[in-house]
Amino acid sequence: MFLPGLFLFLAGALFFALAPRKGLNYLYLLYAAGSGAMGFSAAGALLHADAPAPAPAFSFRISPVLAMGFQGGPLQMFFVLVLAILAASVSLYSVGYMRKSQGPRAHGILYGLFVLSMGAVFLSGDALSFLVSWEAMSLVSYFLVVSETESDHARSAGLTYATMTHIGTSFIIAAFMLAYRASGSLNFSGMAAGLAGKSVALKSVIFVLAFIGFGTKAGVVPLHIWLPRAHPAAPSNVSALMSGVMIKAGIYGILLVCLGVLGGNVAWWGIAVLAAGGVSSVLGVLYALMEHDLKRLLAYHSVENIGIILLGTGAAILFYSFGQTALAGLALAAALYHTMNHAIFKGLLFLGAGSVANQTHTKNMEEMGGLIKKMPATGLFFLAGSTAICALPPFNGFVSEWLTFQSLILGSATPWAYSKVISLLGAAALALTGALAAACFVKAFGISFLGLPRSERAAEAKEAGLPMTAAMGFLAILCLLLGIAPGIFFRLVRGMPFGGFGEVGAGPGLTAIVSGPASPVSVASGFSSFWPAAICVVLLAGSALALLLAKAARRKTSYAPAWDCGIKALSPRMQYTATAFTKPLRIIFKTVYMPRKELKISYNLKPLFVRSLAYHSDITPFFETYIYGPFLALVGKAAMRIRNLQSGSLNLYLGYIMLTLIGLLLMWA
Amino acid sequence: MLNLQVLIIVIFSPLLQGVIKKLKALAQGRVGARVLQPYWDLLRLFKKEMVVPESASWVFRAAPFIVFASALAAGMMLPVLSAGDPVKSFRMGDIIALLYTLALGRFFLTLAGLDAGTAFGGEGSSREATVAILVEPTMALAIFTAAIAAGSTSIAAISRSTDILQSPAHVLAFAAFFVALIAETGRIPVDNPDTHLELTMIHEGMVLEYSGGYLALLELAHFMKQMLLFTLAIDLFFPYGISQGGATPYAPALAVAYYALKLLVLAAAMAFTESSRAKMRFFQLPSLLGGAFVLALLSIITFVMLGR
Repeated sequence: MFLPGLFLFLAGALFFALAPRKGLNYLYLLYAAGSGAMGFSAAGALLHADAPAPAPAFSFRISPVLAMGFQGGPLQMFFVLVLAILAASVSLYSVGYMRKSQGPRAHGILYGLFVLSMGAVFLSGDALSFLVSWEAMSLVSYFLVVSETESDHARSAGLTYATMTHIGTSFIIAAFMLAYRASGSLNFSGMAAGLAGKSVALKSVIFVLAFIGFGTKAGVVPLHIWLPRAHPAAPSNVSALMSGVMIKAGIYGILLVCLGVLGGNVAWWGIAVLAAGGVSSVLGVLYALMEHDLKRLLAYHSVENIGIILLGTGAAILFYSFGQTALAGLALAAALYHTMNHAIFKGLLFLGAGSVANQTHTKNMEEMGGLIKKMPATGLFFLAGSTAICALPPFNGFVSEWLTFQSLILGSATPWAYSKVISLLGAAALALTGALAAACFVKAFGISFLGLPRSERAAEAKEAGLPMTAAMGFLAILCLLLGIAPGIFFRLVRGMPFGGFGEVGAGPGLTAIVSGPASPVSVASGFSSFWPAAICVVLLAGSALALLLAKAARRKTSYAPAWDCGIKALSPRMQYTATAFTKPLRIIFKTVYMPRKELKISYNLKPLFVRSLAYHSDITPFFETYIYGPFLALVGKAAMRIRNLQSGSLNLYLGYIMLTLIGLLLMWA
Repeated sequence: MLNLQVLIIVIFSPLLQGVIKKLKALAQGRVGARVLQPYWDLLRLFKKEMVVPESASWVFRAAPFIVFASALAAGMMLPVLSAGDPVKSFRMGDIIALLYTLALGRFFLTLAGLDAGTAFGGEGSSREATVAILVEPTMALAIFTAAIAAGSTSIAAISRSTDILQSPAHVLAFAAFFVALIAETGRIPVDNPDTHLELTMIHEGMVLEYSGGYLALLELAHFMKQMLLFTLAIDLFFPYGISQGGATPYAPALAVAYYALKLLVLAAAMAFTESSRAKMRFFQLPSLLGGAFVLALLSIITFVMLGR
């Protein structure tokens, strides 16, 4: 099923280039089918991972030394499956979303290539093919980011993205070069074998380089600054894929290098990853709270969720370095589960935001409101996604956060006092993140979908078309399904060796945490357990009971205007705004936000008769202002100095050539 | 398999509310309402006509059911009189599941506050969300201390493994938990349950638009949440006397007596705190709740350092 999927994608891209302009948006169905085929083949490979049947492998030789190989073990197949699930729904969504778009031809081709390049990243078996696919993924997504609008804003977002991603890539290249020098192999399994006996210092350098490089792509604080710029600038179907899958390529890279290639047995790596995860999760959601642009808010939540995934990953490395392999398997399962869940609910939320932005022509929440009545299906699915991302039962986010909590609490079983305290602090950070995320999505959903419409366009919004709502509905159902039947996930990863590389660092595999599809989840031989399906049933039964109670007693229901304190005309302007909703947090966390406000009052007669009043409130983006700003200024200054070399005078250039020539002659003399 | 002890919470939670109110009245030198008054209040509300704001959507109408169901589901994860067999009776959820199930109820209640599109609702929601942010990490850390000490996050297992404030870490954790309890149950100095004064209300602000049966459900859920958090405090820090199943015939009676006594003590402590403090300004709350967070953090560090 893998090759047919690939062919469908290539055919899709070809048709986008050649087909007549009308009805071009239906070609996304080819991509949807292709993704479906790839998903089935990946799921099949995962289900039979314990059997020796090899996954599809292609390789071609470029020169006697350089070869490019694509192959897939269980870890690779898992990420391909995540990609396929999201790509299938996003492609279906695109049929509706791209209907009125201006230049669907280029977008269609790039979109197909983007999905393919992500798949190629996951399936690369050696450093060369990995880097080529990685660069293709970055470039194609850059073009997609800048494709939607001609505005300077999108261009500057694209520039930030391109710069950051290439800084990251250069770190990755450095890491792979070091690994190649030490091991003499470009092939990942060869690299791992060659590095097995090398010193911890060397491995640590490779780890740090790779963590910075992949962390940039994943959006780890403080390398996250491109994320809240690039994701909102891109068309919503691309944002969904970028946030849902592309940043996970960073996570995949960290797992690949740290566990697969380096063997992942150094405790401080785990502590570093854990700490980075804790900081990213809390700061990501804190910044999200202050965003009133729906898509920027979601982008900051990606930073948060990457942090949560890294909490699990860090715990896994920590346990593994202490030889606690069963616990390491649990923590890795938590990280992978959250990876899958985040792809699904964040994809869903970005698609929902896209539908809303299509209808209201704005991404600013303060101009929405009351949309749940105009767009009931979109509202329902967005609510499901919001509940899932806040890790509330019975949706999928809760199961993976529960597993992450357990891994972190079980961190108290590690032998070091440091690692104990750090992992428990990680658990506290996760608890704080949960509460902050809930507040943030009460704001995001409450201000955009509930209450009264805050603008005329919001009042005139209409439900999105069938392909769009169907795609969102599919993802919402998956959120619920993975929330009540975690057995599905555990069946998929059952054959996954720790580190995901067959012979390399083969751990105990993931312990059988769940016996049946909807049976209780229990960890660390009865340390703790919970039963998501039962919680769901009780929630339903409890609601039904309450309904009966209310029905039995109910006299009469009447509808009346909300209480207006006697003013007689409640206007939408009297509602709480997103700015007002988060004001207490702006005050409480003022050390983080460094809020600025500007109040301009002009008087008819001072001080009693006010003519007009302008209020502007803003936060200081710490990393942009205090880290990237000075750095950019420094680079700018250096560039100005270097510019003196470029005088434009021909004689001087001839002089340079002569100096170079003399230098070269001296070198060889 | 089903933990039917939750019925105790459903049935007696209004009584607990009545007792606290009575104790508060006594502490303030008033006669106060009857202990059973909350039952009559609920009954009266159920019998009344409901008025739903025209601007509200289905989220407003669904919220009372979800809030009630979440309190019920959370209650089913909790040992009340008997910690029985932790694996069989309490497999539905552990302490993390309990907190997040309660959070589901709060999520929908805060959404409902925003749904009618009035300023009071938004104000209540915003403040509730803020308080939750300040309380949740404290509560979680305090609970983690108990969980690590017991070697399990299952509430039944924790209450089987300990007696009364077994170690210094537990004392610190309980102090933090008590402050979190005040905030979670919406009591002075965090929120004032007895007022409809616009400038101070949190919980009342969110439910302002509710009436009749919906309001009754929300109030009942609020009472249930209060009682189950009290019970949680008892299970985690003072489980002494809880039935462990298969004991002597008079054990159940003894468990009831202990449980009632402990609830009474907690209720008295709550009533005393409420009567002896003034409500804090909202923006002074971070110092109180931040202090509690530091206590919880110290309890974890104490536990790691002392090893018990």
